[in-house]
Amino acid sequence: MRVSVTINGTSYEREVEARLLLVDFIRDHIGLTGTNIGCDTGQCGSCTIHLDGNAVKSCMILAVQADGGTVTTIEGIRSNGKLHPMQEAFREKHGLQCGFCTPGMIMTATKIVEAHPGASDAEIRHALEGNLCRCTGYENIVRAIRHAGAEATPHSPFEGDETHTHSTLRDAEHRAAARGTAT
Amino acid sequence: MTTTRPFGRAVKRKEDARFVTGIGKYTDDLVLPGMVHMAVVRSPYAHARITGIDTTPAAGMEGVIGVFTGADIAAAGFGGIPCAWVVPDSDTKTPEHPPIAVDTVRYVGDAVAIVVAGTDYQARDAAYAVDVGYEPLDVVVDAEKATADGAAQLHADVPANVCFHWTVSGGDVAAAFDAADVIVEEKIINQRLIPTAMEPRSALAQWDPAMEELTLWVTSQNPHIVRFLLSLDTPVPEHKIRVIAPDVGGGFGSKIPHYPEDSMVVFASMQTGRPVKWTETRSENFQATIHGRDHIEYVELAATSEGKILGVRAKTYANLGAYLSTASTGVPTILHGLMLSGVYTIDNIHEDVYGVFTNTTPVDAYRGAGRPEAAFMLERMVDKLAHKLEMDPVEVRRLNLIPPFTDGHEVATGLIYDTGNYAAALDKVLDLADYKALRNSQRELREQGRYVGIGVVTYAEICGLGPSEVAGAVGFGGGLWESSIVRFHPSGKVELLVGVNPHGQGEETTFAQIVADQLGVDIDDVTVTYGDTGRTPMGWGTYGSRTTAVASGAMMGAIERIKDKGRKIAAHLLEASVDDIEFEDGRFYVKGSPDSAQTIQDIALAANTAWNLPEDTEPGLEASAFFNPSNFVYPFGAHVAVVEVDAETGEIDLQRYVAVDDCGPHINPMIVEGQIHGGIVQGIGQALWEGVAYDDNGQLLTSSLMDYALPKADFLPEFELAHTVTPTAVNPLGVKGIGEAGTIGSTPTIYNAVMDALQPLGVDKVDMPLTPERVWRAIQDAQS
Repeated sequence: MRVSVTINGTSYEREVEARLLLVDFIRDHIGLTGTNIGCDTGQCGSCTIHLDGNAVKSCMILAVQADGGTVTTIEGIRSNGKLHPMQEAFREKHGLQCGFCTPGMIMTATKIVEAHPGASDAEIRHALEGNLCRCTGYENIVRAIRHAGAEATPHSPFEGDETHTHSTLRDAEHRAAARGTAT
Repeated sequence: MTTTRPFGRAVKRKEDARFVTGIGKYTDDLVLPGMVHMAVVRSPYAHARITGIDTTPAAGMEGVIGVFTGADIAAAGFGGIPCAWVVPDSDTKTPEHPPIAVDTVRYVGDAVAIVVAGTDYQARDAAYAVDVGYEPLDVVVDAEKATADGAAQLHADVPANVCFHWTVSGGDVAAAFDAADVIVEEKIINQRLIPTAMEPRSALAQWDPAMEELTLWVTSQNPHIVRFLLSLDTPVPEHKIRVIAPDVGGGFGSKIPHYPEDSMVVFASMQTGRPVKWTETRSENFQATIHGRDHIEYVELAATSEGKILGVRAKTYANLGAYLSTASTGVPTILHGLMLSGVYTIDNIHEDVYGVFTNTTPVDAYRGAGRPEAAFMLERMVDKLAHKLEMDPVEVRRLNLIPPFTDGHEVATGLIYDTGNYAAALDKVLDLADYKALRNSQRELREQGRYVGIGVVTYAEICGLGPSEVAGAVGFGGGLWESSIVRFHPSGKVELLVGVNPHGQGEETTFAQIVADQLGVDIDDVTVTYGDTGRTPMGWGTYGSRTTAVASGAMMGAIERIKDKGRKIAAHLLEASVDDIEFEDGRFYVKGSPDSAQTIQDIALAANTAWNLPEDTEPGLEASAFFNPSNFVYPFGAHVAVVEVDAETGEIDLQRYVAVDDCGPHINPMIVEGQIHGGIVQGIGQALWEGVAYDDNGQLLTSSLMDYALPKADFLPEFELAHTVTPTAVNPLGVKGIGEAGTIGSTPTIYNAVMDALQPLGVDKVDMPLTPERVWRAIQDAQS
C-alpha cells in the first residue's frame, strides 16, 4: 500500500505492507532510529512519538494508519540546533541512564507539560504510567519534567510546534482508540 | 587550567547529548550494506524430544536465504556454549549446551532452528513455517522437587538434576545451635525475576572471508569476555574476532552471558556471506534471556535470650534453569553464601547450596546477584529474632553489628571486609527517618486500627570484583583485573581507553572527571573510549559493581606514569632537576617558581613532536597500566521504609523510603544518587510486584510486560537519601561500587516493613511478591 507521512517536517512516500508497524516504518524505512522498541505489547512506551500532535506508541499503530499524518520523533524536537527544553531538563536532572527509554519518555513528557505546565509530582507520575524505565527509578525523570514545566513559558517550544497543542495524554489515547488502535 | 577540580562535582553527563536527541547507536540501530535478518524458531515445550524438523516449507518462502538446524551449526564446527564459572569442591556437572538444540529441548524458548531472510518480517514469517515434531517428556520447574526420586531428568549425566552441592562453613554451627536460647527458622522463597533491561538483546555479525575476520556487534556488558568465549565455541580464533558493544540499553546482569544467539549470527553470516542481525522481541527476552534469583531457602538462626546471634544455618536450592549460563554457578555460591555474616558478628555459619537443573530459562546474575538473596535471608531472620524476643529490631541489630574498622575485618565465611562503620550508617538513617517518632506514630495509628509498618535493614555487600587470584581460586574462568590507556594527542586533548563497558552507569563522565581532575585538563578535552575489543585494551567488563572500583585503579596507574614522564620532560625544558618539578592543576613548574610553568598541553606537544626530549626518553605521551585489586570492596548502608497496609484489600502504600549508603568518596554525587534510586526500585520491585510464574508444564505464564509487573512511576514515593563516607584502601581513590547496593538493601527493608505492619494481624510470612491478593489471603488465613 502507498503511504504518505510527514516526519519531522519532511514528506515521505513509500510502498509498504499493510501490516507494517509505524515504528518499523520510522526506523527501518526512513532510518530514524532514535525511536526505540522495548516491547511487543504496548507497555513500555519506548517508541512514543507524536502523531498529529498526540503522544502515540508507534508500535501500536500501523504505518498505513498514519497515512496523511504528521509525525514528530525525538530527532525532530530540537529547534535551530538547540535542545528542546525537555531534552535539556532530562540532562540537567539526570533523568536518564542507559538512554533507551529516554526518547519515548521525552516525547510523553513534552505532552504532559504542554497540557499541565504546573503538574504536581503525583500528576506527572500518573501520566508516566505508559512509559517504563528500568534504570532511574523514575525519580529524576519526575524532577526533569517538573523542572521543564516550571521553566515553560507561553512562547516556549512546548506550544506551537505542532498542530494540536492542548491535548492531554488521555485525549491522545482516546483519539488513537478512535482511529482503531490502542496506545 | 581548571579552576574547580571536577572530582566530587555533579558534572552533567557527557553521554546524554546523544541519548536525549535519539542519535545514540544501539545494536539494533545498526545497518550494514547487504545486511539480512535472523529469526529463531523456539520450542513451545518445556521438555521434549525432537522427532523431526522439516525446513522445506520455510526455505521456499519469500525472502528466505537459509534455514539451519542444530545439526547444521554443529557440522560447521560450532561447539556448545561454555560455562565460564565452575565452583571448586562442589562436584559441578557441566552438561553440553548446544547453541541450537539437536535432539532434546529443555525449556520453553530453547532454540531449535534459525531462519535467515531479507527482512525481519520475512524471517519471522518463515520461522513460523518451520515444522518441528516433538515428543513431550516429563517436566519439572521447581528446584527442590527436581531433586526428588522420580522427577523428570534433564541431562543424562546429571543424576537427580543436581548440578553441584557447595558448602560454606565457619566456626562450629552445631555447637552454636546447641548453646542457643532461641532458634528462629523460616522457609524463604526468593522468587525468580526477569532482569528486563529496556533494550532487548541484539547481535549483528559480519564475517569477512578474505581476511578471515569476524566482527560481532552485540548488546554486552563485557565484550572482551564475549570475544574470549567465542574463540572457544566458534571456529574463529580470538585474534580474528572483534566484538563491539555500541550503546547498550541497560543490562542488570542479563547482558553478561555469552548467549547461543551470538554463535547463531556468526554461523549465519559465515554460511550466507552476508552481515546477519538478530534482535529479540520482548517475549523472546522473557523466554531466552537469563532470569535471576529463584532460591528455596531453609534458614535457621540461633541466638541468646539477649539477642546475640550465635549462628546461622541454611540449606538452599538454587534453580539454575535448563543449562548453565556464563556465571550461573558462582551466583548462588561465592556471591551468596560467603555474605551470610552480613554486617554482624556471627561466628558460626554453615550453608549447603544445591544448584539444580529444571525445565526453565537459565538463571544467572541479576543486579546484586546472590547478595540480595543473602541479605534478604539474614535481614528477615534478624527481624524474626527481634519479634520472638519482643525486642526492637534496631536494638537486635545494634547488639550484633561489627564494630567500626579501617584495616580489614575477617568474618566466619573467610572474607576479609575492607572498611566499615555500620553503626554510623544506622544512626544516620534512624535520625533522618526520625525512628522514635515513627514508632510512636505507629503505636497511635495501630490503636486506630491502621496497619503501619516500619522496616529497618543494615547491609553490606561484596563487590568491586575482584582479586584475580581469588577469581581463580573460586573457579571463575577469567581474571578480574582491569587495564587502561591514557593517550595525549599533540594538541593536548586526551583519550582514555578502558576495558570495562559501562551501559548507563555514566562512567563516560566519571572517568573523564578522574582524568581531568588528576591531570588538570578540561573535562571536555577528555574522551572515554570503551566497548570495542578492536580499540580498547583487555578488560573483564561491567558487572559486580566493579567498573569504577577496579578500572579507576588502572587509570590512576596510567595517570601516574603520565605525570612522571611529564615531570621528566618539563625538567628538561625548564632546565631543572626532575626532583624539583611540581605538578599542580595541569602545570609543571620548578618548586618556588609557579609562574614559569610548562602546561601539560605544552608537554604533550613536546612529547609528540619529539624535537627536544631528554636523553633516553621515548616520544609520545601515552601510558597504560593494569590494576589487579588486592581485595574486594564492601560498601554498606542502612535503609528504612514506612508502609501502610489496607487490611481490607491487602494493598500496600509505600509512604517513605529513607536510605543511607556508603560507597566511599563520590566522584559524581548526581550519578551516585541515580544508581541508588534505580537500585532501590529494582529491589522494591522484587518485594512488591515482580515474580516469574511457570505452570507445571513449564509454560512461562509471565511471558510479556502485560503479565510481569515492572515498577512504574506512580507506585513510588520520593526517596530520602543521605550518605556516610568510608573510603577503602583497596584502590587509590578509595572508591567502592554503588550499582547494586540499593537492590540489596531495599527488598528486605520493604518486606520487613510490611511484616511489621501485619504483626497485629498475626501474619509474619507472605511469599514475595507481596501482591494485594497474597497479603489479603494471608490476613484471612491468620484471622480464621
